[in-house]
Amino acid sequence: MSPARAVLARELALAFRSGGGFGLGVGFYLIVALMVPLGIGPDPSRLAGVAAGTLWLGALLACLLSLDRLFQADWEDGTLDQLALAPLPLEAIVALKALAHWLTTGLPLVIVSPLLGLTLNLPAPAYPWLLASLAAGTPALSLLGAIGAALTVGVRRGGLLLSLLVLPLYLPTLIFGARAVAGAAEAADPRPALLLLAGLTLFTLALSPFAAAAALRRSLG
Amino acid sequence: MGLAVSDLACTRGGRRVLDRFALDLADGTVLALRGPNGAGKSTLLRALAGLVPATGRVALDGRPLDADARAEAVAYAGHLDALRPQLTVAEHLGFWAALLGGDPAAGLAAFGLAPIADRPVALCSAGQRRRLALGRVALAPRRLWLLDEPTAALDTDGAARLDDLLAAHAARGGLAVVATHGSLPAATAERHLAPAGHGADADPFLAAGTWA
Repeated sequence: MSPARAVLARELALAFRSGGGFGLGVGFYLIVALMVPLGIGPDPSRLAGVAAGTLWLGALLACLLSLDRLFQADWEDGTLDQLALAPLPLEAIVALKALAHWLTTGLPLVIVSPLLGLTLNLPAPAYPWLLASLAAGTPALSLLGAIGAALTVGVRRGGLLLSLLVLPLYLPTLIFGARAVAGAAEAADPRPALLLLAGLTLFTLALSPFAAAAALRRSLG
Repeated sequence: MGLAVSDLACTRGGRRVLDRFALDLADGTVLALRGPNGAGKSTLLRALAGLVPATGRVALDGRPLDADARAEAVAYAGHLDALRPQLTVAEHLGFWAALLGGDPAAGLAAFGLAPIADRPVALCSAGQRRRLALGRVALAPRRLWLLDEPTAALDTDGAARLDDLLAAHAARGGLAVVATHGSLPAATAERHLAPAGHGADADPFLAAGTWA
């Protein structure tokens, strides 16, 4: 097995075993989205108006839920020392861990989102754009989260601090993601927002591994 | 060529833990690093592994030991075993072998771990975990081994296996720096680490006379 595949396989195995937290994010997403009609009332037209924003906001919070353990367990048990000494660059390891986080957290959110669109009376033309915008945007949530997780790795109960650091960074993703879906729902052109969202994700992909790896190296000393 | 360290200095939390530390090891040397608690043994090993910021010169075989050289040449085993309770013994060794390059079977054989290969680490004793952590050092070919109190939690059989492993490593021309309080029959050299200067010498502000 190549080093990169070994890192990815280990992350996925840990996520699916007991205590790995697989399914927590998607469960949280389901509950939050299903509570919205209870909170704002069952009026279909009002729900349709907030569906895009609610689905994106829920995805964002669900993603945040599992981020604090992204590097913390490896830091606590000394694995991070070994990863830092491995021939595979720490930047690549960070990117692989973010990918595993997306596969176990972001991707399930994308898959269940049409179901939640139904409960929120999302207009029919918006469904393909909901899937496309979440697929294009949720990787950025994992990648930006990796920076926050790396910065707070040595902080006891750093989860809350992580949220405060990362949520502002999520703003552009939330704005363009929700805009693409809402645009499609209102029969406007959703493509500009979606392209900006995809560009944002690519920018994050280029930046995040280096920023997070630098923060992790600081945390070792 | 061996390991050449000079002028190594490391400051932790405002305290100078290592100061003008120098060390020369010829090929095939197993150094027993001794010293009282807090003398800086762990810090020295982590500084050599590049895990804590330090200044000074460290060269292995005449080449500066930078990040790339460390990835090829250094194996480090610290106080923490770097194990995850959910994964089995064999899964750990397979992962490290793929990441570091090496043979998982060698790690399994070195510390007699074959009977518990499929056991999750959560069910392993402290000694078995330590054997597994040292198995990681055994499986990948590395020139310089940095071991921090490796015999902690090991039984006599485990300690004997570690000794055999260190002797074989030295016979191949490998180098090892082993911080230990116990006996280490495989050691061919010994170094006593005294705590670096306290008070005025340790604090750069005091040394500069700021408070004098």
